[in-house]
Amino acid sequence: MTSHAEAVHDHHGPPEANQSSRIDARLLGMLLFIASEAMLFGSFFTAYFFVRVVNPGAPSEWPPEPYHFPVFVAGVNTAILVTSSFTMHWALQSIKRGNRTAFLAGMVLTFMMGFVFLLTQVVEYLNVGFNTGDGAFASVFFGLTGLHGAHVFVGLTLLGMVIVRGFRGHFTPEHHLGVELPGIYWHFVDVMWIVVYSVVYLI
Amino acid sequence: MESPFRSEAAAFRFLLLSIGAFALIVGASWINPWLGLLLFLALSGTAVWVYTRQRGPGPPREQIAQLGHPDEKRVLVVANETVGGDELMEVIGELALADKSLFYVICPALNTRLKTWTSDEDPARAAARIRLQTMLERLSSVGVEAQGDIGDVDPLVAVEDAVRLFRPNELVVSTHPEGRSNWLERGVVSALRERYEMPVTHVVVDLSR
Repeated sequence: MTSHAEAVHDHHGPPEANQSSRIDARLLGMLLFIASEAMLFGSFFTAYFFVRVVNPGAPSEWPPEPYHFPVFVAGVNTAILVTSSFTMHWALQSIKRGNRTAFLAGMVLTFMMGFVFLLTQVVEYLNVGFNTGDGAFASVFFGLTGLHGAHVFVGLTLLGMVIVRGFRGHFTPEHHLGVELPGIYWHFVDVMWIVVYSVVYLI
Repeated sequence: MESPFRSEAAAFRFLLLSIGAFALIVGASWINPWLGLLLFLALSGTAVWVYTRQRGPGPPREQIAQLGHPDEKRVLVVANETVGGDELMEVIGELALADKSLFYVICPALNTRLKTWTSDEDPARAAARIRLQTMLERLSSVGVEAQGDIGDVDPLVAVEDAVRLFRPNELVVSTHPEGRSNWLERGVVSALRERYEMPVTHVVVDLSR
């Protein structure tokens, strides 16, 4: 709509894409992804609490007799995963400061600890003494911890890509979004495990 | 407080807080399950309260690249029902006389929240179109070059869209007087001043006079 015939747009082609949110589109994508993941975990937690509340011995008897959760092993695993977040943070801070060796060391350590966590979880599954068919509690236990394990696997894939790119000389103190986004995801996976471990194993 | 997952550092801090919070919740639950639940609710409530009350670091002020001739003044006018107000016409007249100026008028399609949520926007857009048409005709009659468009219901989004398209170097915002202006209550003018690296003129139009 105009009151004058003169065109005011001197440039050709479509206008610059609007970015009303003022957040980098890739970061926004990761935030939305994490929000959807939180909702997914929320649905699994709802199922878990429902099963736990309708358990005949609720709330004190959990898991139902004669089963037991390997609280200590899972606790050690928790410590490993939490430590991996520290190394992830160290790696990102290192690349921000231009310390490539520390960055790569941090990334490799993070990957290794994540891998050990996943491996320990597999060993835990093999020795836990019950299977998915042993009741609703077992289904919800494997569902919740398995969902988290799947996220660790995805996180490891992302970390693996970062490591490969890192060894190829990618990332600089100015350009490291490719490390930042997997870092955010890895911390999210860690936060979810803190919740899973607290409510499933400890409380 | 910034979004806990807006950067890796923020996510890491959130992780540390989660560890502390859940250590407390687990400890309380061992003493008494209801105490644990109570603490969980209290901590969650506190987190929500802190998140909603505190503002994170604002984004840097945006510099808009110049479009057209360097000596050209490109003025973006944002107005609601006050679009035809004498005070606004006076300011536009002064700017038009002072420099070689181009004007772009944005009339946000003002709507109620309920109608926005239900996508009932047609009447609001029709009303905005009439306001804009009247304004453009009035400006044309006094020889002022102007273009215009209907904007988003949110004035900040409407301005953001128009800024991308028109690339102004000055903003004029017209509102009702303090106390009757919804935009002033929401801090639209101050938000625009914080957001853009350009002069923002606030014109108060009192339609009741």
